Amino acid sequence: MSELHAQTVAQVRDTMLPPVPPPRRETGAIRWLRQNLFSGPLNIILTVLAIWLLWVALRDVVPWAWRGVWRASSLNECRAIRDQLYPEGTSAACWAVLTDRWRQLVFGFYPASQIWRPPLALVVFLLAVSPILFARLPRRLLWLTPAAPFLIFWLLWGGTIWGPVAAALGFALGVAAFLALSRARYPILALLAGILLPVLYWSFVAGPLARALAGVAPLALPAVASKDFGGFTLSIIIGLSGISLSLPLGVLLALGRRSDMLIISKASVFYIEVIRGVPLIVWLFVAQLILNYFLPRGTNFDLMLRVIIMVTLFAAAYIAEVIRGGLAALPRGQYEAGDALGLTYWQAMQLIVLPQALKISIPGIVNSFIGLFKDTTLVSIIAMFDPIRMASSIRATTAWGGIYWELYVFIGLTFWVFCFSMSRYSIWLERRLERGHR
Amino acid sequence: MTDAALAAPPPVTEEVAVQITKMNKWYGSFHVLRDIDLTVYRGERIVICGPSGSGKSTLIRCINRLEEHQQGQIVVDGTELTSNLRNVDKVRSEVGMVFQHFNLFPHLTVLENCTLAPIWVRKVPKREAEETAMHFLKKVRIPEQAAKYPGQLSGGQQQRVAIARALCMRPKIMLFDEPTSALDPEMIKEVLDTMIELAREGMTMLCVTHEMGFAQAVANRVIFMDQGQIVEQNTPREFFNNPQSERTKLFLSQILGH
Repeated sequence: MSELHAQTVAQVRDTMLPPVPPPRRETGAIRWLRQNLFSGPLNIILTVLAIWLLWVALRDVVPWAWRGVWRASSLNECRAIRDQLYPEGTSAACWAVLTDRWRQLVFGFYPASQIWRPPLALVVFLLAVSPILFARLPRRLLWLTPAAPFLIFWLLWGGTIWGPVAAALGFALGVAAFLALSRARYPILALLAGILLPVLYWSFVAGPLARALAGVAPLALPAVASKDFGGFTLSIIIGLSGISLSLPLGVLLALGRRSDMLIISKASVFYIEVIRGVPLIVWLFVAQLILNYFLPRGTNFDLMLRVIIMVTLFAAAYIAEVIRGGLAALPRGQYEAGDALGLTYWQAMQLIVLPQALKISIPGIVNSFIGLFKDTTLVSIIAMFDPIRMASSIRATTAWGGIYWELYVFIGLTFWVFCFSMSRYSIWLERRLERGHR
Repeated sequence: MTDAALAAPPPVTEEVAVQITKMNKWYGSFHVLRDIDLTVYRGERIVICGPSGSGKSTLIRCINRLEEHQQGQIVVDGTELTSNLRNVDKVRSEVGMVFQHFNLFPHLTVLENCTLAPIWVRKVPKREAEETAMHFLKKVRIPEQAAKYPGQLSGGQQQRVAIARALCMRPKIMLFDEPTSALDPEMIKEVLDTMIELAREGMTMLCVTHEMGFAQAVANRVIFMDQGQIVEQNTPREFFNNPQSERTKLFLSQILGH
């Protein structure tokens, strides 16, 4: 290397360059279009094709929906209004069926004077789950959560408030007995007392107690029978109960399936495989018809309750498998670290394993929940008036015979809004739980 | 290094910390540990080395029953390890363990990692557990990382957090299972320094490691294992300068040869 070359290699910068904005064609909308839509011949063809397809799909639907008639009391009236407004042969939606029949679609046959109750119950539910869904909310809200199921039940079905209160006392009794005895270090006795005391109480004390209290303070709402529930109220009740009950059950089943205890693990596997291997419709028929044969003669177990239990049991099997995937994805070292620190099995599960496994399983869990919520429409087959069956019955009336698109578009969109919100929430939750790379 | 680190380790006591008698273990039909007899006295720093598959990790994992032995007896701090879960949990809360892959809890902060077991196992109030945790995080020289998540730390820092997490339980015995094997070369020293400091404070330690420098600096006994058996044990000076068995000589020539 020559000395001259060495001089050209050594370098010291004495003025720093100021930052300069990028060239115009490399920023903003133009750059985005170039990169994403027109980056090459194939891409240009695909873009044009996609625009054409969108045009074909929407050119009739959008005007049809836009021209829609909102005020009419029958399909014929709808058509008359349409023919007045538009030249002959123009198509227009008849949204009037929704304004005319919205109460049935949303509340089923719930008494008209009482329809404030289901939305209030929904508000109570949302308040009760909000501290669980959003960790930033004040923890004080959690006090409502254990009481919420009883309050919701009372709001929806009505009757005296003392029935749910007496039932809730049973749970409180069980928990108190369990805590007192496990603090005194009798774990097995505590578990037995925690289960037996409430059962005895419910069988012999709860009924008379509720009646006595109702005699003293008759605080009651008009009772609503299960057969009067319908429309989206029915779907949401079944869906949300199924969702909130199947998650804890699914967690227990997933832990059971991975348990070292042979009987528990085999029982979990058996349950999951049997429930999952049979279509939900069959289980719903079981709930409707066969279950009554097994119950003592004379007990008339509410059909809606039976359906909620079936849907919960069905969804729990799927949730269990999703969570099992999350449990399997955790490195063995996490379990070992918990063991090595002297944590008990349940402490390790609660503090270390489940928080991580559930986080991994969020997409799968929400996927199952969305499936469960949409599957609630299957109850139309066992004579329950979910939105689909309600739509059929509206179409069977003389006023609205022959209408179909408008009802199903509305039902479909409403389901989509619910499912899409769940999906957005899950994405938000995944981002919030992000903890750097592992 | 602090004064404690520079001082010589306190003398080994007569008190027995771990007593293993005629212990055997099988994986299926594979005989991993054969007739292990080992007595560890309080204050001992034991380094266990040997070729891979010799059973050294399995041996120390039997001491806190991450692995079950099938024959013989293990008594830790006066408690025998059997299928009695209460005894197992008792032993585990007295024995700290540091793993090759750290095994920190990624969903908890460094501080929460350190306070979890004291709060839930020892039932220490949260405030007190946090003070203890900060004390030990200072000791391993990363108090400033307390609010971070493990995923944001380097390997060496994570392993030091793991050591602090184990110390927060105030264990009587510490087990190290290849604590530096998963680390980049420049991070090994920071972890070894922490371990040396711990040894010089008189902690009873069993370390599975290939860091022979560490063995020479603080161990009072080196154990060489092969094929599930203890082949040779001696003071570090005798072990390295005057190995007795052919198998030990071969092993030492292989790991010290270059």
